This record gives sequence, structure tokens and C-alpha cells, in this order.
Amino acid sequence: MNKIHVKTNINGDQVEFLADPRETLLDCLRDHVGLTGSKEGCGTGDCGACSCIFDGDLVSSCLVLGVEAEGKSIETIEGMAGREELHPLQKKFIEMAALQCGFCTPGILVAAKALLEKNNNPTETEVRYWLAGNLCRCTGYDKIIKAVMETAKDIRETA
Amino acid sequence: MAKDDITKSFKFIGTRPNRPDGFEKVTGRAKYGADISAVGMLHGAVLRSPYAHARIKSINFEKAAKLDGVKAIITRDDFPKDREGEPLKLLENTIAGEIAYYDGHAIAAVAATSVFTAKEALKEIEVEYEVLPHVIDVDDAMKPDAPIVRENAGDFSVPEGSSPNVASYIEFGRGDIANGFDKADIVKSGLFKTEAAHQGYIEPHACMAQLDHNGQGEMWVCTQGHWYIRQMCSEVLGLEASKLCVTPSEIGGGFGGKTTIFIEPLALALSKKSGGRPVKIVMSRSEVLRATGPTASASMDVKIGMTKDGYLTAGCVEFRMQGGAFGGSPVSEALQCAFASYNMDAVHHIGFDVLANRPRAAAYRAPGSPMAAFAVESLIDEMCTDLNLDPIDVRLKNAVAEGSKSSYGPKFKKIGLIETLEATKEHPNYSIELGVNQGRGVAAGYWMNHGGETSVSVSLAEDGSVNVSVGTPDIGGSRASIALMTAETYGIPYDSVRVNILETGALGFNEPTHGSRATLASGKAVYEAANQTIAEMCRRVAKKWQIDPDAVYWENGYAKPAGPNAGDFSPISIKQIASEMDQTGGPIAGHHEASIRGVGHSFGVHIADVEVDPETGRVTVLRYLVAQDAGRAVHPSYVEGQFQGGAVQGIGWALNEEYVYGEDGCLQNAAFLDYRIPVASDLPNIDTLIVEVPNPDHPFGVRGVGETGIAPPLPALANAVAAATKVRLRSLPMSPTKVLKALKTGNDGC
Amino acid sequence: MQYHTPSSFSEAVTISKSADGLVKYLAGGTDVLVQLKIGNNSPDHLIDIKKIPGVKEIALREDGGWTIGAAVSGVQLTNHKKLSREWPGLVEGMELVGSAQIQSRATLVGNLCNGSPAADSVPGMIAAGATVSVVSSSGTAEIRVEDIPVGPGLTNLRTGEIITAVNLPKRNKHEGDAYLRFIPRTEMDIAVVGCAVNLSLENDVISSAKVVLGAVGPKVEVATPAAQCLLGEKLDENILSIFSDKCSELAKPISDKRGSEEFRKEVIGVIAKRAAKKAYDRALGNK
Repeated sequence: MNKIHVKTNINGDQVEFLADPRETLLDCLRDHVGLTGSKEGCGTGDCGACSCIFDGDLVSSCLVLGVEAEGKSIETIEGMAGREELHPLQKKFIEMAALQCGFCTPGILVAAKALLEKNNNPTETEVRYWLAGNLCRCTGYDKIIKAVMETAKDIRETA
Repeated sequence: MAKDDITKSFKFIGTRPNRPDGFEKVTGRAKYGADISAVGMLHGAVLRSPYAHARIKSINFEKAAKLDGVKAIITRDDFPKDREGEPLKLLENTIAGEIAYYDGHAIAAVAATSVFTAKEALKEIEVEYEVLPHVIDVDDAMKPDAPIVRENAGDFSVPEGSSPNVASYIEFGRGDIANGFDKADIVKSGLFKTEAAHQGYIEPHACMAQLDHNGQGEMWVCTQGHWYIRQMCSEVLGLEASKLCVTPSEIGGGFGGKTTIFIEPLALALSKKSGGRPVKIVMSRSEVLRATGPTASASMDVKIGMTKDGYLTAGCVEFRMQGGAFGGSPVSEALQCAFASYNMDAVHHIGFDVLANRPRAAAYRAPGSPMAAFAVESLIDEMCTDLNLDPIDVRLKNAVAEGSKSSYGPKFKKIGLIETLEATKEHPNYSIELGVNQGRGVAAGYWMNHGGETSVSVSLAEDGSVNVSVGTPDIGGSRASIALMTAETYGIPYDSVRVNILETGALGFNEPTHGSRATLASGKAVYEAANQTIAEMCRRVAKKWQIDPDAVYWENGYAKPAGPNAGDFSPISIKQIASEMDQTGGPIAGHHEASIRGVGHSFGVHIADVEVDPETGRVTVLRYLVAQDAGRAVHPSYVEGQFQGGAVQGIGWALNEEYVYGEDGCLQNAAFLDYRIPVASDLPNIDTLIVEVPNPDHPFGVRGVGETGIAPPLPALANAVAAATKVRLRSLPMSPTKVLKALKTGNDGC
Repeated sequence: MQYHTPSSFSEAVTISKSADGLVKYLAGGTDVLVQLKIGNNSPDHLIDIKKIPGVKEIALREDGGWTIGAAVSGVQLTNHKKLSREWPGLVEGMELVGSAQIQSRATLVGNLCNGSPAADSVPGMIAAGATVSVVSSSGTAEIRVEDIPVGPGLTNLRTGEIITAVNLPKRNKHEGDAYLRFIPRTEMDIAVVGCAVNLSLENDVISSAKVVLGAVGPKVEVATPAAQCLLGEKLDENILSIFSDKCSELAKPISDKRGSEEFRKEVIGVIAKRAAKKAYDRALGNK
């Protein structure tokens, strides 16, 4: 099996790796680029733990091939915090105890960030439906939804 | 703080600081089971039985071994042949010997230089199977003509003439049952059924293991209890336990399912066979559902007597539970929970632990309690409806309290069921008006909680901060709770405490983070260890002041003279003591090992409001309240989190989650697509009400809280659906298919 | 597996015809990658069509209808205000395919070619009278969407035939469509039953109707007798009841892990009447 040389941009950095065409973007991020923040919970697009931003769109990286990353720009959880400060969502999640085991958290943060960038005044129902593709088994979602709503409120107030 | 006081005026306990490991978890830096790699690492893959029951006639892996990149292949032959008892069962479940007992049972494993190669190698392994008849359902397994799952499975407890698939039997009770039913105004019976559910943690099992020929090994694994993993792997492989060092990664959920071994011995055996190279195995989601440890399915008969004003007079239960092919369903815990919430003079319990061709059940959050709650709390609710009595009032009339003799034996110390029932009744959710097709259900639940073996240590850093070393992995925020208790004990800021979870070589034996015990047991042990250091610090200060050690006491981070007679000394801070440690006698550290006792039982009461679509049977949860006695909520946010998480698992189990098997005995829904756990849009907010009736046997009054929350939802939702539709379902899950059928035909699902 | 990125459909056709082994096409990949992972029908050749010009475009034709490129995602459809306004039923069917993450990638054409009888976007396309443009070595043909599905997982496309776009007819006034499905949760499930209805009205009376049932047979069912019940009628409770019963009668579902035969037969009637009502209200409002 010949590997394919992929050049892509991840979290603002130019990155290169060799990918077996069968490898998913998730596999490549974790195994070739060392970015293990995106998780594999199911490998079939049902859990959202692998969520990333791919060319501006929220995707499940287990459903994108690594070779498709050629020339694209990708954002993962590792790129969410600034150098000096966490993203408001990250801070709020810690403050409001919106994580327990933390495994689903990277995927949820990436998805929630995508939502708030699209719509900074979502209703609770809109948040719940947007995050329906991100499974959490520990929290029952309650504090997660509250943290996203609170962050949206903060963002609107500082805007 | 004086060691013997339980005080309500805490400085840190009860506050909501940020958890210490939050930063790593929100940035993706925290390392979980699959987040590790090593130089020379191989990838493992497991060949699994496609049959529910089959004799393995031969395994030929010649072709597989020839593939470029394959470095080791193992079968049962690579494991010791002299295992007996529990180690043999563990070994049998880890890798099949002569017989494959369930769809997904491991048959062989391969280690190769890439995952793709390992998977291709699996395809080249030739296995000759002789398919055998299988049995899946618990009641089917007890029928006289049922296929026998394993020969001679029954132990000494099983009565003569029982089905060969009964592995063990339990019977206990007290009082005059016949008389009890005579005294009742109504006596009601019912058959209730629940299907198996999986813990559903989002992180699949993963480990990286390395084992040399000299028996020295290391493992990185996501687990709730790394000493258990060390013990079980050693037993299965015939290793010396202290030569195997197990380090726990961060864990992406466990709920009981990660307290035992599945792939870990396979990784070790592959590593040894490959010449000591590290081997990483990560389970796929389908493997997790097929071949780890879901909970049992249950078929339960209940009979209860009640007077017309709501007093329970007698209760009988017979529970039949299947826990897979090796026994171990939580039937005895279920029986203990069945009537635990109520004062009843006459109770009788019978339980059967039954085998079936299904994966070996592991613990799942209050194992057995949800099934028992479903059966008993549903029937009580039916009787409340029959007699037109308020369900909370009926429970208050019968509720156990301090001094009550529990239905399963022990006398209760101080418990909080009554307080929790009263708080629930007062809660606004209980009086919200309901609309058409809507109904409200109430139910109580109970879990015993657990103490268990614990070994911790505490040490002072040179700058006066404190390092706490525990052996209980942090699944849901226990680092924060332990840090709070430590801060409270010393009277130092929460941020001055750092909690670490250490590997097996560094502490004595620790039971897993299970049984709702991390905050309770590790916390209690840390309290003891911290007090040892406090005693030492006081001793050193006394020496400095040249007074008696008894004349020095500790308060708010300072050693102080105990009263004017001791002398006029300025208090000395922990920081100062620490900075002088090397001159005053060396490092200051404490440790504590114990089998922690003084566990506090935790009772919960839930209210569920639902709306049922009469044309489709779809149940929507409108409102949900969890009220539970936490003893003392060390970190209220994380206590609420346990309440909410447990409730939602229960909601999923009640409405949509089940193991679906085909005629061939194979699992049909081995993915999150069709194993339907709740998604965010399925749920309302989960309201919480923390009740605090402190546990008298814990320095801070803590009761374990993590587990009880999963029990009440099963009956609460069934009661709510019955209220909404006037039709009673006695079988879970209450999927739309079942609910619609019940609406059309009155069929209770059994 | 070999991965190809042709820059034209004719190149794609050539690759497909000369390839040995199983060939699959990659648009959004939300079905193909799952099959790759599970090892179900793993392709030997994967032809990625996303580098071909036009595949991500939504274009208004001269005749007033839409041409939707084969790689247009669900999100693109949702964000296209005009198309969403004209064909809300078709768009809402596509929007129900999976999570927000799936929506960024999933396509109408992929949903159609995967061949699931429960596909959420297919009933709406058929009810709309959509066609697909199919390119092959003999040129381009336009085929009705309803002629593509053959059975579970099967379409009538042969090797070297590739769908390049979905074509919708012009949307007129007093027309409306809707798609509804039944799932046990609120999201993330495959449809247990689904129904799309497309109606044209004249003076509030239904002058033409197309009703398509999903997940109640080996492929989508064009429920012509049920549609006929509606012709010449205003939609009232009585007609809805007759219509609902007819849909239940036409359904030929199986029992599987997602629902029993009797459940599906019962609930398809319920969903169909709710979809018909929604389409009717939209048609009334489309002045």
C-alpha cells in the first residue's frame, strides 16, 4: 500500500505527514501529528468525540480521510485556547463543572464553539439539537448546556 | 480542626472551586488509554467468535503469521493451563479454550506493525467451529430443554432439580409471610422484565502493555482500578504481581465496566511473545458492546401486601438474572435492595444467577438496584393508584430510618430517606400542573455503597503545599473533592493541595473507583494520613517551644499554643514548618491503609414528568428531579453531576437501551446508532436537590453518591407513563413499539 | 485501496471502468467511511469527486429549476435561502440525516446511492419530481430519482455510471412539500418510517399529489393510490384518515431491531397524515 504525502494546515501550523489512504483524518491527527485531543469513541460518526473544524465546517474527523486534508485548514481542540488564556467556553466548562471524565469534552467544545460563531444567541433547544451528535455519558448534558448558554450570554454582553 | 467533630461550619467543604485537572481536560492535553505510544510499539487486534456457542475444533494461523509485519499471534495455548476457580473464569473470558461461549468471545490475537496489518492477519486465521445450540433469554435458560451453557455450573447453593444453567441460588427473609398477606387489604403480584444495558462509556477500552521473559511488565491502561488489573492479569498469566507495574491513564468513563480485565492480558501475552515489544490494543465500539461486561437482564416476580391506608405488610420477590456465560449477575445485590427502603415485618427473597450465551456481566452503577427498583417501585405505584393514595405519602409511612432493621439484615444507622422524601414532596416540581397525555411518576432508590481497601499517602512540600497520593482514578471530579477535604483538614487553601493518582508500585492495594467510594474511602484515608502529619507538625513545634506536644493544637493552617497556660507563642504556619523540615527531623509525611468501614447508605427519590404521543408511543421526558441524600456534599457541583449522570443513564435504560439479539444469538445492535443512549436533545434539564443527613462514621459526614441515581429512573418513568396513558408497562425498555402496543392492546410488554 | 482525485467526470468514468475490484465514489463520505471502518464492502478503488468543478454548486437553471451538484452538503442546502423556501420538504429530509457534524459533509447523492430504504432525503427528492444527471462513457442521461433505488443497498447504476447532479423542477405557487419521519430518540437514529408529500393546489383543492413512503419496504415506495385519495379534495380530518389508512395498507415493512412490522404499518399512517398536513399548510402559504 503506497502512502500519500499530505500537506495541510492544522491550528495555524503547516504540517506534513504520510497517510495510508484508508486512514481517517482522526487517525492521522492522533498517530502522525501527535494531536491526541480528538478522541475515537465509535469510529462511525455516532458520538462526536472526534469533532474538528475542517475548512470552516464542523465535522467528525473519523468520517474524513486523512488524504482529504491536502491543502485544507483544520482546527482541533489543541488550537482552541489562546497562548495566555483559555477560550471562554473552556473557562466556563471548568467553572460550571460541565465535564466529569472529560473524554467527550474536546468534541463538545469544538462543536459548541462552531455554534456560537454561527449564532451567539441560541435557544436552549437549538443548543441541544446542535450538540445531539456529541454523546456524553457522565453528565446527562445538563451542565454542558448551561455552560454553553452562559458563555453565549457573556459573549453577547462583551460584544 | 479537632479530629472528633463533625461540624457544619466548613471553610472549604461545600464550596465549588475549579477542579485541579480541568485545564488538561478542556485543552485536550489529558492522556487517556489510547493516547499513548512508544518506540517499537506493535498494534494488537483480536479475533472473536462469530457464534453464540461453538466448540473450537482447530485454529490454524500459519498463513496469518507469514504476513509482513505480523510479530506475534496468541491463542489459549499461550496461557497457563493450571488456573482454577475465579482466575480460571477470568482466563476463560479473556480468551476461549475449547468453547466459545458468546458472540464476540476472544479466540486469538495478533500483534503487528500496523493496525491494518493486524486486522488483515485476523482474516487469515483459520478457525474450525462446531456450532452448538445457544440460549439468550434468562427464562428460556431455566427451561428444562434449554441448551446447557456450561457443564457443572451450579455451586453448592443450587437446590436439587434446578436447571443446569443456574450457577447459584440465594434465599433469605424473615417474618410470617402468610400472615403478612392476610393482614393486607390488597395483595398484588406482577412479573417485571428488564433487558441488559451497557455502561456506555464513550472511551473504548485501551491499553499499552509490555512484558519481558523475566516476568517484568508494565501497563498503561484506562481503568477504574489498576490494582485489580494487576491482580487479575497476574492471576491469569501466572505472573508475580509486584513485577507488574500498572499505571492508570485518565479514564473516559467506567461506571463499573472498567473494574475488570478484557484485552489487558492479551496485550501482555502478545508483548511477551513478540520479544518484549510494547503492544497497544484499542477496542472498537462494536467490540466494547459485544465483548466487555454489560449488566444483567432480569425477569422478576414480585408480590406485595398493603393495607388500605398504605402500610406495607409483606413482600416476596423472586429474581432471575443472567450475567452471561460465567455467572456473576448482581442478583444478590438486587435482592438486598428490593425492600431496603421500607419497614416490613415479613419479607422473602429468592434469587437465581443464571447462565446464558452472552458476555460476562460486569458491574454497572449500583448493580442490581435499578432492576429491583423497577419491579418493586412499579408494583407499589400500581397499588397506590389502586388505593388512590399519594405515592410519596405511602413511602413516608413505610420509610426506614435510624434503627430500622433492613430487609436484608443489618440495622440502619443514621440515614436520610425520610428527609429526602419530605424534601421531594416540598419541591415545586411535585405540584406543577400537567397537560393532556402527560403524567408524573415518583420512585425511590437505594444503594449500599462500599468502603474497601484503601492506601494513601500525604506529604508536605518544602513550600508548605501538600501532595496527596491516592490510588482511586478520578472519573468524575474526585481529585477536587479529596483536595477540598485535605484543605479543610489542614486549614490551608484548596489551591495548595495537589492530588495525584499513583501507579501500583507506589502504594498499597487500592480497590477501584467503584461502589461510590472514591470520595468516601480515599477521602477518609487521606484525612487520617493528613492528621498524622498534623500530629507530627505539632510535635515539632512543641519541641521548638519546649512544651508538651499535648499543649499544641492545629487550626486553620497554623500550630498554636493550646490556651494561655501553654505559653505566649505566636502561631507557626505550615509554610514555615515545611521550610524548616530538613532541620527539625526530615520529611513530613503520613500514610494510611485500611479496609475502610463506616460506609453511609444513600437513598434517592426522583420525580419524572412525561408526555406520551398516543399515536406513536414516543415518550418525551418533560421534567426530571433527582433528590438524594449525599451525607455531605463536599463539592456540590460534582455531587449534582453524579445525580444527573446516573439519572440520564437510568432514563436511557428505561426508554431505549437494550441488547437486541437475533435468532442466531448474535448481537444486532453493536454500535451507538442502534444501542440508543440519550442524546442532548432527548432531555430536559435534570433538576437536583441535595439533601444532607451526615454519615456519622465519616469525618466530614460523606456518603457515597455516585450510584443511587440510576435506580429510581426505571420505575419513575414507568410510573409516569402509566399516569399519562393509564396503561402499565412491566417490561423495559419502554420503546415506542412497546408503548404503542400497550396503548392499543393493554399488553404490559412481558 | 487506491485513492483517486479525478478533475473531471469523464476522467472518473475512465478510472471506474478500468479499475479492478470494487469501486466506490467519495463525496461526503459519511456512509463510505463507515463501511471502510467496519470492513463492509470495503472498496479497492475510491474515487473522490470533490475536485471536479461544479460539484459543490447550487445553480438556478433557465427553466427556473435548481441543479444541485453531487457534492453539495446538507449545510449548503440549509444555508441556501431560496432553495430552502421553495423546497422545505426536500431540505428538511436532508437536514435529518445525522448530526451537525454529518450535515457538513453528507450529500443528497450519497444518501441516494447508499441505497438504504430508510434514507431521509430520498422520499423528498422523489416527491419533488427530481431527476439525476448520470454521466457514462456514452454521454449524459437524465434519470428520475425514483428509478434509482432497486433494493436494500442497491441502485440500478452500473459500473462507470456516475451521478453528477440532482435536478429539481421549477417550483410554482400554491405548491408545498414536507418530509417527516419517526425515530425513537429525537436525533441520531435511522428512520423507522418516513414520508414525503408534495402537493399542488388550485383554490385550496389538491390538484396533484406525490406521496413517497420510506423504510416500509425493500426500497422507497411511491404511494400512488394514497396520493390519489387526496386528488380533488381539501385536506380535512376525514380525508386525512382515509389517506393515513391507505398508506398503512400500502406499506410492506419488516420487523427488525428498529421496529416491528405492525408498529411500522401503524405509524407510517400517522406520519403520512402529519406530513400531508404540513405540505398542505405550506402550499396554502405559498402565494
